Amino acid sequence: MSTPSSALVMEARGLVKRYGHVTALDGADFELLPGEILAVIGDNGAGKSTLIKALSGALIPDEGEMFLDGKPVKFHTPIDARRQGIETLYQDLALAPAMTIAENLFLGREIHKPGLLGSLLRLLDKKKMNAEAVAHMKDLQIGIGSSTQAVETLSGGQRQGVAVARSAAFARHVVIMDEPTAALGVKESNMVLDLVRRVRDRGLPVILISHNMPHVFEVADRIHIQRLGQRAALVKARDIKMADAVAIMTGAMVAAS
Amino acid sequence: MRHLLERMPPVATFGPLLALLAACAFFASQTDRFLTGQNFSLILQQVMVVSVMAIGQTLIILTAGIDLSCGMVMALGSIVMTKFAVDLGMNPYLAIAGGLLACIAFGLLNGALITYVRLPPFIVTLGTLNIAFAITQIYSQSQTVSGLPDALLFFGTTFRIGQTAVTYGTLLMLGMYLAAWFLLRETSPGRHIYALGNNPEAARLMGIPAQCLLVSVYTIAALIYGIAALLAVARTGVGDPQAGQTDNLDSITAVVLGGTSLFGGRGTILGTLIGALIVGVFRNGLTLMGVPSVYQILITGILVILAVTTDQLSRRRM
Repeated sequence: MSTPSSALVMEARGLVKRYGHVTALDGADFELLPGEILAVIGDNGAGKSTLIKALSGALIPDEGEMFLDGKPVKFHTPIDARRQGIETLYQDLALAPAMTIAENLFLGREIHKPGLLGSLLRLLDKKKMNAEAVAHMKDLQIGIGSSTQAVETLSGGQRQGVAVARSAAFARHVVIMDEPTAALGVKESNMVLDLVRRVRDRGLPVILISHNMPHVFEVADRIHIQRLGQRAALVKARDIKMADAVAIMTGAMVAAS
Repeated sequence: MRHLLERMPPVATFGPLLALLAACAFFASQTDRFLTGQNFSLILQQVMVVSVMAIGQTLIILTAGIDLSCGMVMALGSIVMTKFAVDLGMNPYLAIAGGLLACIAFGLLNGALITYVRLPPFIVTLGTLNIAFAITQIYSQSQTVSGLPDALLFFGTTFRIGQTAVTYGTLLMLGMYLAAWFLLRETSPGRHIYALGNNPEAARLMGIPAQCLLVSVYTIAALIYGIAALLAVARTGVGDPQAGQTDNLDSITAVVLGGTSLFGGRGTILGTLIGALIVGVFRNGLTLMGVPSVYQILITGILVILAVTTDQLSRRRM
């Protein structure tokens, strides 16, 4: 077997995951280049979400290897993946609605006051958290000026913006986005797609899981097509027509390579 | 009416305070004996035990839980500390520590069953309510414990502010509210309690140690019931095995009147203090007006329904 390529940010080989008699992943491969948006598409039951869960640490694969920057890694929990700089944007957003934008951005990673006040009393540095939250949102051009607003007062697109800002702020390696435009209107979807590009333009590779083919073809650099628990194809988005991608996905066509 | 309510989003924050002030103004206009320092000191003493327990209840309700066992755990704590001091002749401070530990043990039991066995808080605390009550009756043989050493009575003793005698217990209660306010607003564990009640899945995914936090909340609440036990002993001068039987519902009433949501994640600790004071002011004012006590219960019931209704209406537009 060849050595893992250090040109890849993330790589997986031969991932297998079985649930009883059902094989969700059947030797799936995966690779992610630096600074790209890689879309992962696949029909229901193709093993798309199982693959993503393995990459984000939400489940442990039965077999196979994973590499980050060419080094082997094993994740037991999402926290392990986060420690390695992999941030996941969950479909249901994982926001606390009654809490402020800043509190949500820093949830579980709060900034404490310096000295004993912070280390012993766990006293929060709210000023700094609010200021940094505003800076992060400005950076990504999310049109929210105040970070002390409760998240439940925001629109669906703005909430998605907060969730994207949170993952972009803390990700050092990879951002995984699970259906970020699901349940959003046309205008808000475009706003989120712009955000996805901006995250990439800041140098962070993005793994984008989506059912929405037009959205995939609008932003993706490469497309990973998952079928029957394996990677059926890995193609540059500009080298393939949408209809062909759907055909590979459904098994109506076999990938050329 | 509905339209007006909908235009005032933060009803939950200032509504209880307005209700308290309105009640005070009403009773001040009805009787001269209401608006005196001595009467207010009395009201604070009357609400002291329940309002301290309501701090623990608030922490638990913020996590979307509930604690029905609090009054019985408090009674057990007071029997343990008084019997240890009187019957065993133990050093009174060690006896107090024993009472607090008995309460903490129940908090750990509640917290562990709810967190690790994943049983509903309502059922777990309904069970421990009965267990704590039975242990209290068995251990005390349903007898009141009297002849207490001074150390157990300290928080019932008073000092003077001008003409008004204030108990040290009142001071302790206010200090505990300040500490809880600080914890919930300014520290990360405090904010994590809100996050846990708001969206437990998000709290877990963001790496908050949710299980450890939940067990800690039930344990700290039980420690607070232990302190309430010390206050109850100091206030009545005896260890009473029949104490605390309605305190679970009374503390929940204070929490709800204070605008905290029973669904978790929303509410303030100062609201709970105001909620406890509303009940205290109504009972005291109606007594001064010569209204029979059964009407006080009637009015408390109406207040709870009103509080929850305004809260729900003001949120519904979101």
